[in-house]
Amino acid sequence: MTEFYGFERPDGRVGVRNHLLVLTPMDCSIEPARKIAAQVEGAVAVTQHHGCGLDWMVANTLIGAGRNPNVAGVLLLGLGCETLTCEVLAEGIEPTGKPVETLVIQEEGGSVRATERGVRILREMAEEVSRLRREPFPLSELTLAVECGGSDATSGLAANPAVGVAADMLVDEGGTVIFGETQEMTGTQHVLARRAVDGEVAEAIRAMIARQELRMRAAGIDSRFMSKGNIDGGLTTIEEKSLGAIRKGGTRPIQGVLKAGRGGFDYPSGPGLWLQDGTGSDVPSVTGMVAAGAQVVAFTTGRGSTTGHAIAPVLKVTGNPGTYSRMEDNMDVNAGVILDGSGTLRSVGEGIFRDVVEVASGRMTKAEALGYHDFIVYRTSGLAERLLDVCPPEAIRGGKRRPSEAALEPGF
Amino acid sequence: MAKAIKIDERDNVATVTSDVGVGEVVEVLSPEGEVLMMPEMKEKVGFGHKIALKDLERGEEVVKYGEVIGVASRSIGAGAWVHTHNVESARVPTSAHGGEGA
Repeated sequence: MTEFYGFERPDGRVGVRNHLLVLTPMDCSIEPARKIAAQVEGAVAVTQHHGCGLDWMVANTLIGAGRNPNVAGVLLLGLGCETLTCEVLAEGIEPTGKPVETLVIQEEGGSVRATERGVRILREMAEEVSRLRREPFPLSELTLAVECGGSDATSGLAANPAVGVAADMLVDEGGTVIFGETQEMTGTQHVLARRAVDGEVAEAIRAMIARQELRMRAAGIDSRFMSKGNIDGGLTTIEEKSLGAIRKGGTRPIQGVLKAGRGGFDYPSGPGLWLQDGTGSDVPSVTGMVAAGAQVVAFTTGRGSTTGHAIAPVLKVTGNPGTYSRMEDNMDVNAGVILDGSGTLRSVGEGIFRDVVEVASGRMTKAEALGYHDFIVYRTSGLAERLLDVCPPEAIRGGKRRPSEAALEPGF
Repeated sequence: MAKAIKIDERDNVATVTSDVGVGEVVEVLSPEGEVLMMPEMKEKVGFGHKIALKDLERGEEVVKYGEVIGVASRSIGAGAWVHTHNVESARVPTSAHGGEGA
């Protein structure tokens, strides 16, 4: 039985880091938030850029970020006139029992006074947090998010299958794995649905992928067609491309679909492998899975992505030996050894599993050591979602492929 | 020697891990590094592209990752390049629209 060393939170969940989060409901107050965070060890400031209206898709993601057990304490910094208020976020985060403090710039008499108070509040939190000690916990307390970005032909061949081996090992030890990027599941509905734990989950998977195809089609993009780069790189069909992408989640039964949009925000209700209905864009996708509770991220890349995350350590796995040697400062694992037979899929996958446990126990990833604090909140278009709700699918599909033609269709 | 990976034991194609020329012998490896076969290349195949591990009849399913990735649109000989010219999706015809990347 493998264990990892983490920090127990008041709600019994286990963090692998002790971040102090300066969370602003919208970007109007992000600059003072950054100044506050810069003055206190272990603090990081994050925000969202979708306006200050009360959009629950945005609010739920910020609440999830604050709830993530890697966050030891939260300072909410509001401007004072936003509709998505600090109270809304505090109500969502406070049930975890972690310290949550609120400062409103307009009520404090400006950003200078708010900054002074904010630094003092965080400094006290930092002292409290420094008393916490890591203790051993079973892997049933660990949730891993898997993501791919900057893919190339080696991703589906080496990096994704290797991360999939690690994902399977974590699930087999009672842990939880989340993967998302719904648009990259196109063409594999039948494969994923077959792996669902029951018929209801299978139907949810099919519905999720169908709606994503429709969502993209409404914007004039046919997700079933591949780019020239994909085809030149050796991918023959959309099934092949997507099978390579979903391989990073491993091969275990799928417990359910986690909503992360306008229909609500779900957290995994038990261990095992879960799909999050999320964006294919890297940082927002990782942010969504971290908001759902992932404490560690395994990120596969072929061309070489450098992103980290504000709340969860990101382990970079490349299947491209050239990318590993060119970008060793950014790549944690070289899965490219599978390609020349000098390493096996199993040995690389087992190595990634050990890396995940070590990182969960405190070892920094390269993106983390470099201080990369990426954080982007994804939001679907409310207008597009409403269209999908009310328009018959045939009207949206239309049958035309080119964006310029789709845009000219009557009614759009 | 040039290598190709057969990802799943059910697969009837393997992916080459470097550019290979006509007449070159390719070691087909399992993910565990065992040499499964050593076919001679019938044509030039680029890095990341696939070769047939057996003769495939027209209409036969092409299998990678242990799953059907498409159907042979013409007969394909063992050791031949497998791509859009001789395989079609079982779901949707492959064509680039020039929009979305990976």
